[in-house]
Amino acid sequence: MTGTTATSAQTTYREAIRESIRDAMIRDERVFLMGEDVGHYGGCFAVSMGLLDEFGPERIRDTPLSESGFVGAGIGAAMGGMRPIVEIMTVNFSLLALDQIVNNAATLRHMSGGQFGVPIVIRMATGGGKQVAAQHSHSLEGWYAHIPGIKVLAPATLEDARGMLWTALEDPDPVLIFEHVLLYNMQGDLSPDAGPVDISRAAIRRPGKDISLITYGGMLAKTLAAADDLSAQGIDAEVIDLRSLRPLDMPTILDSVTRTRRAVIVDEGWRSGSLSAEISARIMEAAFYELDAPVSRVCSAEVPLPYPAHLEKAALPQTADIVEAARALFGENV
Amino acid sequence: MTDHDTKPHLTRPHLLDLLRRMILIRQFEEKCAELYSAQKIHGFLHLYIGEEAGAVGCMEALDPDDAVVATYREHGQALARGISPGAVMAEMYGKQEGCSGGRGGSMHIFDADTRFYGGNAIVGGGLPLAVGLALADKMQGRARVTACFFGDGAVAEGEFHEALNLAALWKLPVLFICENNLYAMGTALTLTESETDIHLKAASYGMEASRIDGMDVVAVEAAAREAADAIRSGDGPHFLECRTYRFRAHSMFDAQLYRDKAEVEQWRAKGPVVRFTNWLRASGNLHDSDLQVIEDEVATEIEAAVAFAEAGTWEPVEQLARDVYAGMPTP
Repeated sequence: MTGTTATSAQTTYREAIRESIRDAMIRDERVFLMGEDVGHYGGCFAVSMGLLDEFGPERIRDTPLSESGFVGAGIGAAMGGMRPIVEIMTVNFSLLALDQIVNNAATLRHMSGGQFGVPIVIRMATGGGKQVAAQHSHSLEGWYAHIPGIKVLAPATLEDARGMLWTALEDPDPVLIFEHVLLYNMQGDLSPDAGPVDISRAAIRRPGKDISLITYGGMLAKTLAAADDLSAQGIDAEVIDLRSLRPLDMPTILDSVTRTRRAVIVDEGWRSGSLSAEISARIMEAAFYELDAPVSRVCSAEVPLPYPAHLEKAALPQTADIVEAARALFGENV
Repeated sequence: MTDHDTKPHLTRPHLLDLLRRMILIRQFEEKCAELYSAQKIHGFLHLYIGEEAGAVGCMEALDPDDAVVATYREHGQALARGISPGAVMAEMYGKQEGCSGGRGGSMHIFDADTRFYGGNAIVGGGLPLAVGLALADKMQGRARVTACFFGDGAVAEGEFHEALNLAALWKLPVLFICENNLYAMGTALTLTESETDIHLKAASYGMEASRIDGMDVVAVEAAAREAADAIRSGDGPHFLECRTYRFRAHSMFDAQLYRDKAEVEQWRAKGPVVRFTNWLRASGNLHDSDLQVIEDEVATEIEAAVAFAEAGTWEPVEQLARDVYAGMPTP
């Protein structure tokens, strides 16, 4: 987050996203928001609260519980010249729309020989930590990052919550934006003139020289906390926020790892066949001889997320896990 | 907007044109089957033979700026919509001169010029797209129709029900055309649906829905014109269930163990081409010499299409990754 200035104001991640939607609706009359409970209810995470009154039911469009139907309608509307923002309540529900996202949104440009693009933005909540158990808590953004033809973003800061949407809407291809459920209440200062940001590069949120901690989304805060703890133990950690999960900004990652010679990937998804596995493999392929230690990973336990707080906490990556994984890469040299 | 007649033009030139277009589809696909055996066409090939009246009749009701969404059995719709047979054939070959640049093949025919949005090979997957195209038209104040073709198999998919509900709820300009050929691949409708009168399901969503004889091109055209006209006037979606029959196998890998030869022969006897030809003869609109001229002209056109596909070129492998993304925007 940028430093407080005279004109910056306290806001939340939720409000930053709402402002980005408002801004997009004002900038471009082709933009509309569609999804379950986005209108009269105000959004299941209250992101779109008040927008129905401001923009009316045509552009803040409540849908039935038909994920495949309204995501597909968003794809069709995008091909028909609109710029839809489709909200899906959680990534778990997006599985009901998987056909439309994977078989249509991701393929149409290529399959049609470049004749039809799908400039849609699909937003959804992801991640655990709210004790809503195994059908509302998973982190499946890594799955989507597997698919050529779509782009996958994970805003972890207020600036990105405010700035990624417009750039994504300008993108001629489908963009999925994953908002971690624990971030909606995150507060901070945001400059009133905060605006669109790039959606292709990773950001170094904390520079350091001893180890690269690579993360995104809901894990950024825990990783930054881990870096503070490590600092107190004499380890100067660099923290990379991926921001875009597809495409991956490998130059930033490789440049960092080449300098620090050690890397830990922190990913709330499961370890097996995951985004963390992909990043690890790419580091190994491109920077194996720069490494002083094997690439390490901190991921969720391989269980469906349980309901009780102590078990949920045990299943999710915690700051102490990140610290421990980082320290292990230094062996006895710390 | 052009003047929309709700009645078919029962003039001799129009009737002969309908016949000609059905014969074009029929001969084109018979050639495709040959070329498949000759290993010029690969992958899946789903023939429309027997169902030609649906595509030809419905397309009569559409304007050039209307949209079409079809399925993997879409050669008939593509040709009836006016995509050149050469571009369709080159697509079957996988040549870059094909209407989808060769990337799609038989199941994925796309054409921006005629607003032909595929060629969708996930059963039911095209219906939400049609709803979205119509939503875009409605939100942008354009009086266009999106025609959405699908088979009876799609009716069992959730996306069918989701799409019909959305289209009716939002009064969207979609013409749903269910080509009910009685089999979802190799399983009879009676084995998969509790209600086999499909138009009744559509009617339950609050839209105009009717069942028509899908083997009668004039009946299809009349029904499609009436529906498209109502849709254009703001009536919301309409639904046509065209009762029809697929004479050939589901795809080229189908031994057809699930139906009797006698049943196929019965339907062949009332096929759309033979029946329309007989009617035209009986009503004095068609003479043997007319038919010969049509068949010869169509044969020449198909020969040219095959020659175009044969002369087509393979996309350089260096372009493999082209059109996965258009590019990266700057903020």
